[in-house]
Amino acid sequence: MNYETIIGLEVHVELKTDTKIFCGCRNDSKSEPNTNVCPVCLGHPGTLPVLNERALELAVKAALALHCKINQKSKFDRKNYFYPDLPKGYQISQYDKPIGEHGYIEIEVNGETKRIGITRLHLEEDAGKSMHAADGSHTLVDYNRTGVPLIEIVSEPDIRSPEEARLYLEALKSIMEYCDVSDCKMEEGSLRCDANISLRPVGQTAFGNKVELKNMNSFRFVQRALEYEVERQRERYESGEPVIQETRRFDEATQTTVSMRTKEEAHDYRYFPEPDLVDLDIDDAWLERIRAALPELPSAKRSRYVNELGLPPYDAGVLTSDPKMAAYYEAVIAAGADAKQASNWVMSDVSGALNGEGKTFAECPIPPEHLAGLIGEIASGKISSKQAREVFKLMWETGKSAAEIIKEKGFEQVSDPAQLQPIIDEVVANNPKSVADYKGGKERALAALVGQVMKATRGKANPTLVNEMLIEKIKSL
Amino acid sequence: MKITDETVSHVAKLARLWLHPQELSQLVPQLNDILEYAAKLQSVSLDGVEPTSHPFHEVNVVRSDVPRESLSREEALRNAPDQDQGMVRVPAVLEGGGGA
Repeated sequence: MNYETIIGLEVHVELKTDTKIFCGCRNDSKSEPNTNVCPVCLGHPGTLPVLNERALELAVKAALALHCKINQKSKFDRKNYFYPDLPKGYQISQYDKPIGEHGYIEIEVNGETKRIGITRLHLEEDAGKSMHAADGSHTLVDYNRTGVPLIEIVSEPDIRSPEEARLYLEALKSIMEYCDVSDCKMEEGSLRCDANISLRPVGQTAFGNKVELKNMNSFRFVQRALEYEVERQRERYESGEPVIQETRRFDEATQTTVSMRTKEEAHDYRYFPEPDLVDLDIDDAWLERIRAALPELPSAKRSRYVNELGLPPYDAGVLTSDPKMAAYYEAVIAAGADAKQASNWVMSDVSGALNGEGKTFAECPIPPEHLAGLIGEIASGKISSKQAREVFKLMWETGKSAAEIIKEKGFEQVSDPAQLQPIIDEVVANNPKSVADYKGGKERALAALVGQVMKATRGKANPTLVNEMLIEKIKSL
Repeated sequence: MKITDETVSHVAKLARLWLHPQELSQLVPQLNDILEYAAKLQSVSLDGVEPTSHPFHEVNVVRSDVPRESLSREEALRNAPDQDQGMVRVPAVLEGGGGA
């Protein structure tokens, strides 16, 4: 039987604020344990939370970027449960009036645009960090992260494959980075993802039992865990065994999912309106101010690159995936470089060199104007693209412009026919076999002759011109 | 809604409270009385009335995103019954039991 995979994702994103959501402690969970804590976030009796305006604005900004309908009248609720990383015994979250609802993200699947619905986006506080002793004897808790502002983004069960899940996460991360609402570093926990997955026979409308997956610390692991789970559930159905509704953990060592037995009543959170915080009423003017601050988002940028710059969709997708890369690229073309040439250099050479050194586009040792300069030198025929690779390397190492390096190192391409003619004549005279082969119809033989000329000029000859001159010369024989 | 022994036991368990059977039999009728009393409100016609979550009309009480002094670690951990490496030490808990 054929089965359809149904996936929904729940993503938590830590907001990039200076302080926590309900108190003035620093939003920095990497400090020494328990140094960014106060009576409010430690839940001491008699303390009161006060909402961080910036956290609210970032949540609204994120919701707008995900095309959500904003609940201008919103409120906070208490989610009650006991766990040592939650000192108050409840988490301040949002239940029935989330900041945003009914949004969507678009992903490209097999060349087609697919829309994944966003059920809701709500604002809440993070819990502390627990470290479990390896021998199971005790747990240590650090409360620096308690009260860090979070948004939780819940997707509709619209995702149909582990690959779509990864594409959704990549798109979501990119949008959050463009809006500058979060660092989105999955390895540091500023973006965390849980997944719900179930299978059903194709054609059936009712959902099968779903499994919740946790502990996936990279996009790759999300995809891997889901792939494993698709197979596991399919095998169970095919052998006539039911899939048990449960929470499973991804195990990195075995690349499988393992059942986590949790208590049944753990989901009875007894939500009620948070009495310590007043309601929110985001008026139209405030909402418009936040909307006006939204940057051009990746999907709009992507279509602009295709429609206005004439880039292939692939290039547009790669360049816009990271806002720093897009900003760098735009600076290169603003400095006069050809759009497609700039795209090639940014996507391959620059990107590759940055990856090699673990740097971001914001830290690129070659300023965008210098890259535009290099592209200009190639376009004008001053240097060959082969020489350009050399110049690029030196630009990277020295921070100098292409023009400076070309001058210093004597990289200039020889495009003067008078200078090249004697070399061409000599190469043709010394390689009768290649000449004969070429005349006999072996096009490739010409490349060997070009190579000889390049060698004789130590790579400085203009290869296009050499090609033309060689053909001319052989014809005249 | 009718409060039963099971409801009270369940809520007590969620709140990590241990109730003596005698307390349970006292609480069940008391809680039912309270609910019954509050149920009078159900007879009020609320057509066109917005749900209220607060007795106050004030909205949007916010603070600006400016850091202020936190507690020192010594002070922060003063009330912890046990500590280790600057962290609060608690009995072992199941991994992933939290809800956030």
